[in-house]
Order: sequence, then C-alpha cells, then structure tokens
Amino acid sequence: MSNAADTPSFVSSSRTRRRAVVAGTVCLVLGTAACGGSGSAGADATAQSHGAISIWYSNNAQEVTWGKQVVAAWNAAHPTEKVSAQEIPSGKSSEEVIGAAITAGTEPCLIYNTSPASVPTFQQQGGLVPLDTFSDGAAYIEARAGTADSQFVSPDGNYYQMPWKSNPVMIFYNKKVFKSAGISTTAPPLGSYAEFLATAKKIVSSGAAKYAIYPAPSSEFYQSWYDFYPLYAAESDGKQLVVDGKSTFDSDAGRAVAAFWSQLYAENLAGKESYNGDSFADGTAAMAIVGPWAISTYEGKVDWGVVPVPTSAGGGGDTVPTFSDAKNIGMYVSCKNTGTAWDFLKYSTSVAQDGKLLELTGQMPMRKGIETQYAAYFTAHKDYVTFAAEAAHVVEVPNVPNSIEVWQAFRDAWSSSVVFGKTDPATSLTGAATKIDQLVAQ
Amino acid sequence: MTTTVTPAARPATGHTPGSRPRRAVRLSRAVLGRQPIGLLFGAPYALFVAVLFAYPLGLAVWMSFRRYYFTAPGVEVARPFVGLDNYRAVLTDPAVRRSFVNIGLFLVINVPLTVVLALLLATALNAAIPFRSFFRVSYYVPYVTASVAMVGVWLSLFGSGGLVNRLLGSLAPDPSWLINAHWAMPSIALFVTWKQLGFFILLYLAALQNVHKELYEAAEMDGANRWQSFRAVTVPGVRPATTLVTILAIITGANLFTEPYLLTGGGGPNGASASPVLIMYQRGIEQNHPDVASAIGVILVLGVLVVAAVQRLVERD
Repeated sequence: MSNAADTPSFVSSSRTRRRAVVAGTVCLVLGTAACGGSGSAGADATAQSHGAISIWYSNNAQEVTWGKQVVAAWNAAHPTEKVSAQEIPSGKSSEEVIGAAITAGTEPCLIYNTSPASVPTFQQQGGLVPLDTFSDGAAYIEARAGTADSQFVSPDGNYYQMPWKSNPVMIFYNKKVFKSAGISTTAPPLGSYAEFLATAKKIVSSGAAKYAIYPAPSSEFYQSWYDFYPLYAAESDGKQLVVDGKSTFDSDAGRAVAAFWSQLYAENLAGKESYNGDSFADGTAAMAIVGPWAISTYEGKVDWGVVPVPTSAGGGGDTVPTFSDAKNIGMYVSCKNTGTAWDFLKYSTSVAQDGKLLELTGQMPMRKGIETQYAAYFTAHKDYVTFAAEAAHVVEVPNVPNSIEVWQAFRDAWSSSVVFGKTDPATSLTGAATKIDQLVAQ
Repeated sequence: MTTTVTPAARPATGHTPGSRPRRAVRLSRAVLGRQPIGLLFGAPYALFVAVLFAYPLGLAVWMSFRRYYFTAPGVEVARPFVGLDNYRAVLTDPAVRRSFVNIGLFLVINVPLTVVLALLLATALNAAIPFRSFFRVSYYVPYVTASVAMVGVWLSLFGSGGLVNRLLGSLAPDPSWLINAHWAMPSIALFVTWKQLGFFILLYLAALQNVHKELYEAAEMDGANRWQSFRAVTVPGVRPATTLVTILAIITGANLFTEPYLLTGGGGPNGASASPVLIMYQRGIEQNHPDVASAIGVILVLGVLVVAAVQRLVERD
C-alpha cells in the first residue's frame, strides 16, 4: 500500500524506457485503456519550451463544440504552436483512462476534464505539473478563480489543477408530472425534508410517476456526489467531507441527511435498482438531482423546473451550498512544450473563452461574479440564473490522500445502510468516519 | 569374380566416419523435434503467450510482494519488499473474502448448469430436428453480442417491474432479483450461463461428430432407449470435451467482472454480487493500489488451479 511518504521525484533515468514497458504491460494485465506507447520523462514546467501540443476534452457534444472552436481560434493565431485536440479515449471512466495514460506516458499536455477527486492520485503518480511553478501561475489561478481556488490547493500547497467549470447540483422536477399529481409547478414544496417527503409521497401515491427521485443506487465511489454530498453541503452550511484531516459527516448534519434518504428508500419513493437509461427523461422519476450539464439531455423530453437541494429546516433559497461537480484543467508531465501549454491554458480560460463555454455548454465557469460578467447570457437564459447564483456557494470534494478510497469507503457504508437498510445509518456513518480518518492519515 | 572390399582403418579417435553429423542430427532432433519447421509455426503463439500472459503474470506475482503503485515514466519511487503484507491485507478484508465466497457460489451454479445444458442442447441440435440451423444460430447470438447490450435486456427482464416478476406475480422475490442479497449472484450465474452457452454448445457439437454412429446402432440393437443411449454412448464419448468445457467455464467464471459491474450496480446489493476481479478493478485501477490487486489476482489464479486440478482428479477416478 502506498503512503504519503513516497513523494515521487521527477528524475529522468536510463530505466525510463524499461519502466514504461513495465507500466504498459501492467495496464494491459489490468485491462485499462489508453496504454500502449512508450513513455517520456517528466516535464519541467520552468523550462517553458514552446511548440506543438495536444489536449483532450470531454466527449459530450457541447464540450466538443467548445473545444473545437477554441483550438481553431488558437491555431489561427499561433501557426508555430499548433494545438491538436481529441476527445478523451473511451474507457469505464475518464479518470481510469487518464490514470492509465499517465502510467504509460501517453497523456496529452492538457486535459479539460480532470476530476478534482482524482487529482491526489494523479499527483501521487507524478503525473501532474504544479501550475504554480510558472512565474505567473498562482497569481493567474487566484485572479481567475477567486475564492474557489482555496478548495483546489493540494496538501503540499501547490496548484495541480486550474479551476474551470462547475455544475452546481440541484433538484430538477418534471412540471408535467407535478401537475398531474396536483403539486404546484411554480413553487413546489421541496425546501425542507418534511416538504420534500410529503411531495414525494404525493407523486408516487397519485401514480404520476413510479418514483419521486432516482439517483443511481449503485456502488461506484462517485455516486455519493449525487445523493448524499449535495444535501450534506447544504445541511452543514458548506462543509467538505473531510476538513483538516478529519471526516466531518459523523455529525447531526450527516445523520439528518442519511435519515432523509433512508426514508425515501424505505418507502420506495426512490429506486433501488440500476436503471437502464435516464429515469428523469423517461418519466420514471419525477425529480432528478443533477447539475446544468444535463439540461441539453432533457430538451424536447421534459418540461423542467429547478430548485435548490432541501435542508432539514428549509428556506435556504439559491444561496444554500451544494456540491460543485466541477471539472478542472490539469497539465500532465509528458508535455514537452509546457510554455505553449500554459499559454493555451490561459487563452482557453480567458474571459472570452469562459463566455463561449457558458454559451455553448450551459456549464458555469468557476470565476468571480459570473452573473454580472456574463449578464447578457443570463438575461437571455433565465433558467440558468439560479445555477449562477448557486455557483458562488459550491462545495468541492476534499483534496486529500487516498481520495477515491475515501469515497468508496463512504459509498459502501451508504449502500449498506441507507439504500438497502441492512445496517443502522448512524452506526454506518460512524464506522465510515473511522475508516476514512485512517485513510486520510496514511 | 569376387571382389574383396577392405574396410578403411578406423580413425584413432574410435569414431566411425559420419558419426559427428549423426550425433548433430540426433541432438537437433532432440531439441527441435522431427519437424523443426513446426517450431516456426508455433513461435508466434508462444511469443504471444510469453508476452501477454507469462510476463504479466510474473510481474503481478512480483508486485504482490512489493509496495507498488502506478507512476508516470521517469518518476522514481521506492518499491520496497513487504513480504506477505499485501496478502495479509487482502485476506483480512471482509469485502475481498466475501467476493471469493460469491465467486464460489457463482461457480457452483454456473459450471454444472453450463455443462449439463450445453451437452443436452448440443445433443438435440446434433439430431435431425426442424429449424436446426436457426436454433444453432439462436443459441450462439448471445455469446457474440456485447455484454453491455445483453445486460440492458436482463435489467428489463429481471427488474422489479420486469417480465419475469409479472409472470411470477406473488411468487416474485421481494426485494427483486438483482437487489436481493440471496438472488443477485444466482441471477448473474444464470445470465452468464445463458450468455456463454452458445460457445460451449459449439464445443460439444464438434465433439459429437467424433462419436461413432455404430455405437448408437449397437446400443439400439441391445434395446437401449434414447436416454440410456445418451448415458452409455454420448456422455462417455464426449468426455474430453466435458473436461474442456468444465475448465473453461471455471476460468471464465472466476474472471467475472462485467455482469456484477453493470447488472447489479457494482457488486450490489451491499457487496452480495461483488467478484474478486471487480474488487481488483476497484483497488488496482480506481484506487491505485495495484500491489493489493495483484495479491487478489494471485490468490484467484491459485484458486482456479486448485479447482481445475481437483476436477481433473475426480474425472480420472
């Protein structure tokens, strides 16, 4: 098992090629994608050489459109520093593909879909370039990201990711279903747990939808970001899962959230089986807990409304904290031309390009005052105003060692107690907290 | 006229002329076999096995005794020898132990079911029945269809509001199949049996072509009915195929991953359908602990070898 003492050093050695072959073979054995090339030595950000670079971006249609236009604009203005771009190769998850690519030394200079939860692992692999090694690195990040940047500082004090975009997780509701259940479609009673539960019961008992809400009940480590974590952020007034090396959820706030979801599952108001498709778009569930990225998938299928996630007391409005579901930009060590990569990173996160991102994807750039910065967009797209308001109050995943293992430990406890009711939720939270504290301390 | 031929004097060394080349031939035959060109034909596959199976297996064994995590090329980290620590961590992990119990249950259901159904259906498809080609293709289609697509069909069939539960009515289990701690793994075993059946039927069909028709005629003359003929002629006649089917079913079953990952949402409910390979994926790929994942893999390989050896011993007896 690894521990924090194993700080990797960026040393090129004669064993590089052999290690790359070994790494590639290991990837092959374990069935990962994006392996297969020979490796290269770690990049030295301070060298800042210039030339052609490659980037990866997400594979959803909106982000592909954004990616293509930013690359085209850059290439037109920088003929000697061409950027080639492609979608992240397919795999079980982007994080798995990126991890395998780092191991094989085949990752591009920049990846515009770096999950903050995976940053500690990529950092442990020695796969990320600390962005504050660029002379204007820290200043640029802090200037563009504002207060959001503090949640992305790694335990060693460096920035290994450029905050990019958030998708504040909120409650979407199907107006047609609500109407047929006799519930207000303009001000649905969903603010407090009591109101939410009463509304959920009304939906299911009326037969308007089979389930009130249907977050994925499966055991993947990241699923707690779409049931527990947004509500915990709201209930705890913006606490992260782990603060100062200690878990925070074995508390009144954590127990309240667990009890709320337990009731939804126990009364069959939320689905417990894997769902083949999108339960909200299909009309199987009346509500979804998701960020604005999903809006494009509901077009033409659902007449939706959106409200903040509930709290036990209710009445938080659109300033109640929620999970950010952010994706950031990472610079990776195989990059030879880090100078160009840094320049392109700044270009692609400029005011103009952030505006394009908002316009083309509906996702919120993680910047100060986006409501005023992009006022014209929000005037034209009133549905998105509430997400912009929430974007200023988002909570990120904690940037801690063994981050994925921490979330898996939490998910296992959650599945066992809250989803399937095999153990007492409060006891499970205590057990998970103990385990997570040990993992973070390693 | 008689000609006397005087043999040439023997060389001082005591060797007959030409003995050196003969020895060289013998040596080359011992090393290269009677048809050295066979080695040339076999070399690509030998290389394939060495590079893609033997070397990774050796590497996995090495990793399982080290503290190891994936790093970028050129990044130097210590890989200290940790003895049996990874094995200790694995064997004391309740999730891992449960996954081995789960896979044991899976094999107990899947392997016998596969052998019996594949043999019965192959026998039926080998007989002159109407629409034989159609049935042969039908059984093979699930095998060549992507698991992801098949999983979608089974989610619809075995979901709480699915066709199976509607047919069963009040007899349907509650909670439903895939979220029921008792039924999740048997459901997966059933799914995998159905999906793989076409391949094993194919193996049996090939084996059935080697069972002499005279044996069936002799059995018929002795008054054997169809069932007796099946037991006395078919089953012994395809015994080598049965060995192959059993071992392949054990090996593929022990490598179970896609079905618990997709069908039961990551080995649910609550780990009831988690398989060792799924846990390896979580530990090795998601959490970057390939050392622990390798230890699980080595234990799994040893387990499969033991089960296969026992199966061979039982069959010999």
